[in-house]
Amino acid sequence: MTWAGWITMLLSVGFVTGLFVWCIVQVLVRKPGHLHGLEDIDTGDLDEEPDSESPRGQR
Amino acid sequence: MSVGLTRETWTSRVGVIMAVAGSAVGLGNFLRFPGLAAQYGSGAFMLAYFISLLILGIPICWAEWTLGRYAGQRGFHSSPGIFYVLIRHPLGKYIGVIGVIVPVMIYMYYVYIEAWCLGYAWYALTGRLQLGERVADYAEFWARFVGATQDGLTLGRGHNQALGFLALVFGLNFFIIYRGIARGIEAFCKWGMPALILLALVVLARVLTLGAPDPAHPERNVLAGLGYMWNPTREDGTSVLAQLANPQLWLAAAGQIFFSLSVGFGVIITYASYLREEDDVVLSGLTATSANEFCEVGLGGLITVPAAYLFLGAAGIVGQGTFGLGFKVLPLVFSHMPLAWLFGAAWFFLLFLAAVTSSLSMLQPGLAFLEEGLGLNRKQAVSLLGLLTGVGCLFVVYFSKDLKALDTLDFWVGTFLIFVLATVLILTFGWGLGVERGWREAHKGAVLRIPNFFKPIIKYVCPVYLLTIFAFWIRFNVFARNPETGRIEPAGYVKDLVGAQASPAAQLTVAFIVLCVLFFCVLTAAAGRRWDRAAREEQETREAQEVRS
Repeated sequence: MTWAGWITMLLSVGFVTGLFVWCIVQVLVRKPGHLHGLEDIDTGDLDEEPDSESPRGQR
Repeated sequence: MSVGLTRETWTSRVGVIMAVAGSAVGLGNFLRFPGLAAQYGSGAFMLAYFISLLILGIPICWAEWTLGRYAGQRGFHSSPGIFYVLIRHPLGKYIGVIGVIVPVMIYMYYVYIEAWCLGYAWYALTGRLQLGERVADYAEFWARFVGATQDGLTLGRGHNQALGFLALVFGLNFFIIYRGIARGIEAFCKWGMPALILLALVVLARVLTLGAPDPAHPERNVLAGLGYMWNPTREDGTSVLAQLANPQLWLAAAGQIFFSLSVGFGVIITYASYLREEDDVVLSGLTATSANEFCEVGLGGLITVPAAYLFLGAAGIVGQGTFGLGFKVLPLVFSHMPLAWLFGAAWFFLLFLAAVTSSLSMLQPGLAFLEEGLGLNRKQAVSLLGLLTGVGCLFVVYFSKDLKALDTLDFWVGTFLIFVLATVLILTFGWGLGVERGWREAHKGAVLRIPNFFKPIIKYVCPVYLLTIFAFWIRFNVFARNPETGRIEPAGYVKDLVGAQASPAAQLTVAFIVLCVLFFCVLTAAAGRRWDRAAREEQETREAQEVRS
């Protein structure tokens, strides 16, 4: 492997790994715009109408 | 506008990022990318690759996330519905049909390849993939397994192992998709993606610690394998600058970025439509992109080609396509390793996981359309989509000689239509919605700001670059120069359809594509009437409320 090969590999792999790690850290650290609690989800799997008193029904 | 549907949504930002990344990470990351980088000389190729990532991949990705969320806020989650909102013209919803056709028809052959991966993982685990020392034996095994020697082979007695694995993965996909966005796709991708990365790291560690495994060929060592993959100067001595002057290199790099990130598939726009207005799209889009790049460059770039080089040398790699490298060369490579059954099974299960997370994403746009456009409930929509994709899948399985149906679908749907949809998307964002308005939309709830220099990139550079790449792609793949006569003539895929060399299987495949397009256009017309009616009713209700107040 030539020195130019080493540089190409380290720059390429280093860039994508650095970007990925930075993005993951940002996702975990920064306050998200909106997160949903599990009780707030309607997956649409059920055909019946949601209970009107539940959080889902109030949406 | 609402069409009276129950609304699905993601449960967490990590979940949606994993799902989009899972959609993007597929076989191309681990098989196609390393082959291209080695073929074109990595230094020049990586330069063109990262330029394409910057001015093509990331901007289209942000545009697709933003447009999807924008339309989702207006009550639409299917591609025809999304384009019904974005392009305020009756024809808009028909353009959106491409966003359903592409993922649904790609699923018809992709799930078959997924079944090969699971089959190979099982064969590796049970020791049935130890076929000797010659690539030809592995090629023959693969051809028999997938039925590449004769149409209908895998549907016959004694040759239908692939069909069994296909039934298994087909059922698995529909089981997961039936559970819905949150409990199905998101739940699977949240453990599937980390598991995939973990398996890749295990295989990577094994490959990088092999040293020089063949005492008869001490020159075939890990460093030489990495050098073959990453040295900028090709083995024939062509310089980096000379390589960069080759338009085919730019086409290959842009094509790899384009298809690897799943932009223009109709998947990201559908997934993003389930976000809420305050949900971030800028960091989420960038994170999903970076996860794909990490798997492609950081893992795929260090495993596949170096491993093949260690045992077979350069001669064993040159000229092998994606399937050749994945299903003929690599089984032989893993059979040489200590604990061959373990690492072979880990590798093919890794490919299987990558394929499942992608194929799941291909079903959601179709489901969203059937639910939203026709008012079907999930069970009905899953049944109808299962029937349609099942018929298409059997079509691909039957016309298996030289994988003609698969190859034809991949070219006209998996390449041509994707270019068309991506071009429509970026033009809609930059010119239809307008770059300033699109910018404001993108930054709603955003935790990062997109640098301003991306504005001219999205409005001018990206469409021009995309159309140039598209023109080159047509030039090299649809019409090519005949080396004997020097004249421009239709290339292989066009010759398959017309003239003396036409292939009946290819003609039938294109007829099948046209039939599916017409079928979805008819459904879209019905959906359009439903949406128009809902819009009128909503308007009347609003006017009545205003009169009362």
